Amino acid sequence: MSTQYNVIGTRPIRHDGADKVTGRALYGADIQLAGLLHGAILRSPHAHARIKRIDTSKAEALAGVKAVATAADLPESGEKIVDLGEGATPLSYIRGNVLASGKALYRGHAIAGVAATSQHIAEEAAGLIEVEYEVLPCALTAPDAMRDGAPILHEDLHTKEFGETTGKVSNVADHFRFQIGNAEQGFEEADLIVEREFHTATVHQGYIEPQNATVLWNNDGRVQVWTSTQGSFAVRDTTACILDLPVAQVKVTPMEIGGGFGGKIPVYLEPVAAVLSKKSGRPVKIVMSRKDVFEGTGPTPGSFIRVKIGAKRDGTFTAAQGYLAYEAGAYPGAMVGPGAMCVFAAYDIPNVTVDGFDVVVNKPSTAAYRAPGATNAAFATETVVDEIAEKLGIDPVDLRLKNAAKEGTKRADGPKYRRIGCVEVLEAIKASAHYNAPLGGPNRGRGVGIGFWFNAGLPSSCTISVNADGSVNLVEGSTDIGGTRTSIAMQAAEVLGITAEQVHPSVVDTDSVGFTGVTGGSRTTFATGWAAYEAAQDVMRQMKERAAKLWETDASEVKAEGGVFSANGKRMTFAELAARIGETGGPIVGRGAVNPRGVGGSFSGVIADVEVDPETGKTQIVRFTSIQDVGKAIHPAYVEGQMQGGSVQGIGWALNEEYYMDESGTMRNSSLLDYRMPTTLDLPMIETIIVEVPNPGHPFGVRGVGEANIVPPPGAIANAIYRAAGVRLRTLPMKPSTVMEAIWAK
Amino acid sequence: MKWFDYQAPRTVGEAVEAMTLHPTARALAGGTDLLVQMRAGRRTPDLIVDIKKIPELNELRYEPGAGLTLGAAVPCYRIYNDAAVSRAYPSLAEVANIIGGTQIQGRASIGGNLCNAAPSADAIPLLIALGATCRVTGPNGERTMAVSDFCTAPGQNSLEAGELLVSIHLPETPAGGGARYLRFIPRNEMDIAVAGAGVAVVLENGHIQSARIALSAVAPTPLPVDASALAGLAPDEGALRKAGEIAAAAAKPITDMRGTADYRRHLCSVLTRRALASAIAAAKETK
Amino acid sequence: MERKVHVQTTINGEAAEFLCEPRQSLLECLREILSLTGTKEGCNDGNCGACTVTMDGRIVTSCLVLGVEAQGSEITTIEGVARGNELHPLQKAFLEEAALQCGICTPGFIVAAKTLLDQEPHPTEERIRWWLANNLCRCTGYDKIVKAVQKAAAEVNQ
Repeated sequence: MSTQYNVIGTRPIRHDGADKVTGRALYGADIQLAGLLHGAILRSPHAHARIKRIDTSKAEALAGVKAVATAADLPESGEKIVDLGEGATPLSYIRGNVLASGKALYRGHAIAGVAATSQHIAEEAAGLIEVEYEVLPCALTAPDAMRDGAPILHEDLHTKEFGETTGKVSNVADHFRFQIGNAEQGFEEADLIVEREFHTATVHQGYIEPQNATVLWNNDGRVQVWTSTQGSFAVRDTTACILDLPVAQVKVTPMEIGGGFGGKIPVYLEPVAAVLSKKSGRPVKIVMSRKDVFEGTGPTPGSFIRVKIGAKRDGTFTAAQGYLAYEAGAYPGAMVGPGAMCVFAAYDIPNVTVDGFDVVVNKPSTAAYRAPGATNAAFATETVVDEIAEKLGIDPVDLRLKNAAKEGTKRADGPKYRRIGCVEVLEAIKASAHYNAPLGGPNRGRGVGIGFWFNAGLPSSCTISVNADGSVNLVEGSTDIGGTRTSIAMQAAEVLGITAEQVHPSVVDTDSVGFTGVTGGSRTTFATGWAAYEAAQDVMRQMKERAAKLWETDASEVKAEGGVFSANGKRMTFAELAARIGETGGPIVGRGAVNPRGVGGSFSGVIADVEVDPETGKTQIVRFTSIQDVGKAIHPAYVEGQMQGGSVQGIGWALNEEYYMDESGTMRNSSLLDYRMPTTLDLPMIETIIVEVPNPGHPFGVRGVGEANIVPPPGAIANAIYRAAGVRLRTLPMKPSTVMEAIWAK
Repeated sequence: MKWFDYQAPRTVGEAVEAMTLHPTARALAGGTDLLVQMRAGRRTPDLIVDIKKIPELNELRYEPGAGLTLGAAVPCYRIYNDAAVSRAYPSLAEVANIIGGTQIQGRASIGGNLCNAAPSADAIPLLIALGATCRVTGPNGERTMAVSDFCTAPGQNSLEAGELLVSIHLPETPAGGGARYLRFIPRNEMDIAVAGAGVAVVLENGHIQSARIALSAVAPTPLPVDASALAGLAPDEGALRKAGEIAAAAAKPITDMRGTADYRRHLCSVLTRRALASAIAAAKETK
Repeated sequence: MERKVHVQTTINGEAAEFLCEPRQSLLECLREILSLTGTKEGCNDGNCGACTVTMDGRIVTSCLVLGVEAQGSEITTIEGVARGNELHPLQKAFLEEAALQCGICTPGFIVAAKTLLDQEPHPTEERIRWWLANNLCRCTGYDKIVKAVQKAAAEVNQ
């Protein structure tokens, strides 16, 4: 494989850049249609309550109100099981989360929707809907919901144990186990065993743009949706499924999207807006308030984790055991599977047992959040590993290097790694200026941590059509959350031998491009980039045929290099040949449709320097470096941006972010004032070290960069706090009062 | 938001008349608290009286010897951008610079911070420590009261129906006087105080002549603390420790999402000690 | 009697007038009535800064301003930052430094940063971070935003 690239590795300006710095880019909430109605959602004030009666008459009577919808307006889901890309799920769960029927399962659970001529009227009308609740006791944490006698959320939820349905009704949807070797025996071989318990709070993705959906149920029966989503096809399929329509009847136009991080994969508003549109005969737009976003959309699971690792005196890990109970929220599907796969994924340990529990609780139904499940797990593992290093007197990076996963290492859940970059990430940490720099002040400490994320493949489609001036139009279906139009276009440009600027990428609606999976799993540059690569190869095949026709030779004789076609001493640039496609057979359209298997996992590391105020317990990040194996950095500036963004989300998770719930299950801090995401003043510059161990499964070696970087920060920061203040924190967030209480208990 | 009407009177008299006619009316200065509360349904006035067009409420006037007149609607940025005010009351300029972020400071006023009467208000403990008074006008005429008497409960103040806060008055900083407000927040900006301490001190002949302390976020209202025990002490580590103890003993904190009662009490001690040290340093410079 | 109010104002240097309800925020008026959708809503309570505009030269969160308060004032939104077809140096720097990912916070950051550079030609990193603390970004970790503002400051003051 050639590693000399013309476009890949450069930093062109993004194609949608001008629109996004001038305010012209249209996000979901920006859409305006003739006759547009505004919607509002009434939400449950109780964390767990039987809905005995809903009376919408007063709302309907308010001037300006055009339609009201409740779960009764959605088709019955029956026993239907659907797979919308995230595994087999009863349709009743998906439908039930969109509009509650029977019971409200969390505070913020949608009960009814209203459409009116203004937002203010819609909100007033929602307040006029009368709901009679029978309030039930609630279970808010995994340990709470797992104990005998806990309030049961779903009377029909039968616990699955090791793959078998047990018939037992409980809040544990699933208990599974991954096992390699013999952990018990492995611990007997250990000279040192460290076992610790950890609690992590529910946290939110915190995208700045609230969820929104605009729907027109047209007079011909077609349902048109405009929304900010990570996956337009996922919205199409889910909406069609809930409304019991054929997918061909639903068209989804993805608007620009203001952040997602996993949280904008599920569907919340679209089916409600659709029903309201059908009832009113007008398009309906619903935009969530920030409070709705916190209370009504899926955050990432809180968790209880126990990690036990055994090591020999020389540092060799002999065994590991994990117990992970994740809070799914109201419906099964906590990201405990990936958590359990990732908990020891950075290490080569011969004997491992991991137990995972998917537990429903009376909190919002959880969604993915950047390497979902892995950050919770790595927080536990990385602090235990740090403690082992301390007890054995081994440098924490050396201990990790000694046990680092590498090609051939078998993960607890079964697969063996292909070529991976865990060792290279650790070596980069060790060699970095940061790791070798002095701390520079009192009450400071330095911590390291590493983490793993699989990355995803999933289907992607792309077409490229050639313009007579030598430019090309690239059509794709991956919504662009951070510059992927450009990282995809660059891969096409590399194949075509033209510049990134000569490629005009468009993200189009579900009627206009082949099926494309969500922008998630760090997959877009990898998989849609691959589709673009295939489409560009298809263009090149056709271009060579045209050149062959002009030169009256065989296509196999035509060579292409650096944007120049040649054969038998004749040469033509891409643009010159493009100008003649009309006379050689007409338009050229290349197509790429892939479902790639060669996904390459990504390892990430962090060096964090903190300063802890010993009198207040407040932690300040004073220096921070993110290191990640990205395979190949297509657009290095965007790769750095992903690493910096993931790092800072990890910092927020580590230090201050949490759903602060009262006993009744009400989130007390559902605003961006009290849900404390980092501000610019809370951070230093975030240094980055890009490691490139090419993924053998991708034409350009891409692994994907979006997620692994959020995994190590909480563990690394906990280790840094230990060195700064002498206390080991095993609870997230490590907020000032928690650190202070640990200092007092010292 | 519920429907309301809007008026922007030009005189105090017109404002008082409007507020007297509409018992649920609220005065709008920066709106950075009021509009949030209205949107959340916590306040439902039928009339908003925009007071920013009334000259007296926009007055910002420092007269050496006489002190500072601070109109109730003066936004924070005008305070810290005013060189004379910043020189005479550096602690006030600093508080104006930590309420919200830059955007909030373009609108929010110290008068609004006072009327909003949040237990966690950043400006009020400092105003109390500085001995500030406020001028109130209503249907029955004008009255003056100490800022320390203004707040009555979380979100409630002692304004009677139809009354309007016109201005806040700060006395001249005495020779040897210094002041500081410090708060504790988990982030470095854009946050609500977990606890805060406003301290003003006057030094005379190398000793503390007088000290005033007030705390935020540890009682239903900003809390004045009896600091008379500090008078006569040398401004040293012993006095700082004593001030911290007095503050911690006076605090009546609760446990909520922003912190536990124990933690808040501890912070009162730390913040009061640090604020007093800083006030003493400032006082030594004003001598 | 529920009546709308006639508001006369100046937006991006041009006279503008609109009818609004007193309860409508300036943000709503800009977006829903005047179709100036470049100003974004992120929280509607003044804590994210996505709706930042300038009002008589000061940056404000337009969600915490009533539309009726715009009477007689001068408003600048993101739509008024570029000079005709020429991007403002801040807009260019945001693109060159990759200071945006999803872009939803970008208009607010650019409007806020522009007023800083208009009044302080050489802000320090600390000063930039302080000034922009009312603007949340969840994608970038702020690093490239701060660098873009520094770069634009250098260019503006060449």
